[in-house]
Amino acid sequence: MALILNINGHPHEIATDPHTPLLYVLRNDLRLNAAKFGCGLGQCGACTVVIDGDPVFSCVVPIMLLQGRKIVTVEGLGTVEAPGPVQQAFIEKQAAQCGYCIPGMMMRAYALLLKMPDPSPEHIRAALEPNLCRCGTHMRIVAAVARAGELMRGSAQAIEPKSR
Amino acid sequence: MRAVLWTVLCLLVLFALFAAWASRPAIHPIEAPLASAFDKADVARGANLAAIGNCNNCHTAPGGRAFAGGRAVPTPFGIIYSTNITPDLMTGIGQWSEAAFQRALREGVDREGGHLYPAFPYDHFTMLSDADCRALYAYFMTREAVRASTPRNVLPFPINLREVVAAWKALYFRSQRFQPDPKHDATWNRGAYLVEGVGHCGACHTPRNPLGAEKKTHALAGGEVQGWNAYALDRSSPAPVAWTADSLYEYLRHGWHPEHGVARGPMSEVTMNLGKVDESDVRAIAKYIAWQMGAADEQAKGSRGTSGFRGSASAPEGSRPPQTRQGTGEAPQSSPSDSTLGQGASIYLGACESCHNGTRPLPYGGIDFTLSTAINAASPRNVINVTLHGLHPPEGTRGSIMPGFDGAISDDDLEALLMYLRADFTHKPPWDDIADHIAAARKAVHEEGDSWP
Repeated sequence: MALILNINGHPHEIATDPHTPLLYVLRNDLRLNAAKFGCGLGQCGACTVVIDGDPVFSCVVPIMLLQGRKIVTVEGLGTVEAPGPVQQAFIEKQAAQCGYCIPGMMMRAYALLLKMPDPSPEHIRAALEPNLCRCGTHMRIVAAVARAGELMRGSAQAIEPKSR
Repeated sequence: MRAVLWTVLCLLVLFALFAAWASRPAIHPIEAPLASAFDKADVARGANLAAIGNCNNCHTAPGGRAFAGGRAVPTPFGIIYSTNITPDLMTGIGQWSEAAFQRALREGVDREGGHLYPAFPYDHFTMLSDADCRALYAYFMTREAVRASTPRNVLPFPINLREVVAAWKALYFRSQRFQPDPKHDATWNRGAYLVEGVGHCGACHTPRNPLGAEKKTHALAGGEVQGWNAYALDRSSPAPVAWTADSLYEYLRHGWHPEHGVARGPMSEVTMNLGKVDESDVRAIAKYIAWQMGAADEQAKGSRGTSGFRGSASAPEGSRPPQTRQGTGEAPQSSPSDSTLGQGASIYLGACESCHNGTRPLPYGGIDFTLSTAINAASPRNVINVTLHGLHPPEGTRGSIMPGFDGAISDDDLEALLMYLRADFTHKPPWDDIADHIAAARKAVHEEGDSWP
């Protein structure tokens, strides 16, 4: 019995065992490799995707729970040619070092900005708390999320990108 | 018209009489004493007592300075803000004499003479000895003074009038010091003193009446706090494995126990503090609570237990009880269908089992649900809180982590999962109020604005 998963606006018929965590289906079955396998225990955030507007650890969520839900991954935020505002902001602020945590960071930031278009630095820090970064680019990540908020609010033209 | 005027006048007179009866004198302010004026041994003893009393938890705002108050304490009557108990002259207790401090602890009256709301558990602190009041005073007066005003309480009329608290006290509060029970040894009495006094365990673990007073006839029979069940600490404890003084000690000291799982919710802050206090005091608390639970004598260990899984103690420890499925004749009408249980079992396999029946031991792996008090408890609220919200160590500390499933699991799926866990891991009847608790727990998570997934 196949499940239908709605990922980045497209329905996907999945024949995999419904107990399989979403992350494995994204990466192995659908070749959507943005979400990363970090700890596999829902503790590091590298696998974060957005489901119905909420950030979720895809490594611990079996797909049986997700029929009919709207799943967004980094691939749904934009493309290399036309990066979305969150991606654009992370590039502008050069928020990645090794980059492994960044897809999860972007998805959690995206979920925050959907709910709170103009978060304070405190809100950003609190929201990103579940996501770990071992390189220590936290300050740039926080700056990138604030910048993504600006871009999403459409005020990008009014604000000059700050020099780094 | 005349009648109305007379009525109003009579009410005013009555209120004036009541206010006069309710009033307490102010105690004169003092020059803030120097830290060097306090005996170091008193300060150290006060630190120990303050940790047992979990004072920092209520008297520190999230992200705020220690003991500077301002934490919103939700009550069924409104929001009460904890006060600044640092020795700041303007906003704290810097001008309080020891007599004023002692009166606040034991009588629930502030230095100016205002009655304190019983969110401050003076109904327990009234047990404190003079020497321990002095030690606590020495400890707090030697903390760093922090200037922080306390926000105004959000309480409706007439509860916002502190005179009303005087009437409450007349009904429910007796000023009384702890009296040791000569039938018991010194350790038991020390435990009783700490549990009933500064530890104020009953503030959460004793049910309250509609006016917010603890039901003294149901001491430690289980209460509710901040959306969590505070489990019964008496003979009605829902723990599937009977607690002993030793297991209680381990749990209180370290925040978890292999047969009981980890402390969570407001209790995790309590166990954090108990990890730092005198070992003998935690042993004493454990001994007294074990006695309350009916396990006072070590010989009696294992001889109790008349209900639930524990009652059927013939099952070898750790083994799963036989499944309770509908059709056994004992299940009430809310018995879940086989398809619901099947759905729940499937979710358990996919989302829970790898940690909760895996190779990593506690506290890093999840508890085997046959041992879970949450799944054996009368209310599903705690297991719902944990499933949605996950487990997170208190800010800045190490501890178990469980991811929350709030964003991932629908109400129907969560209900099916809980029905299955209850049926397969316990002998208890199905919960019949799961949906209400799920709604309340989701609301609480979202209102707190908690960012955890």
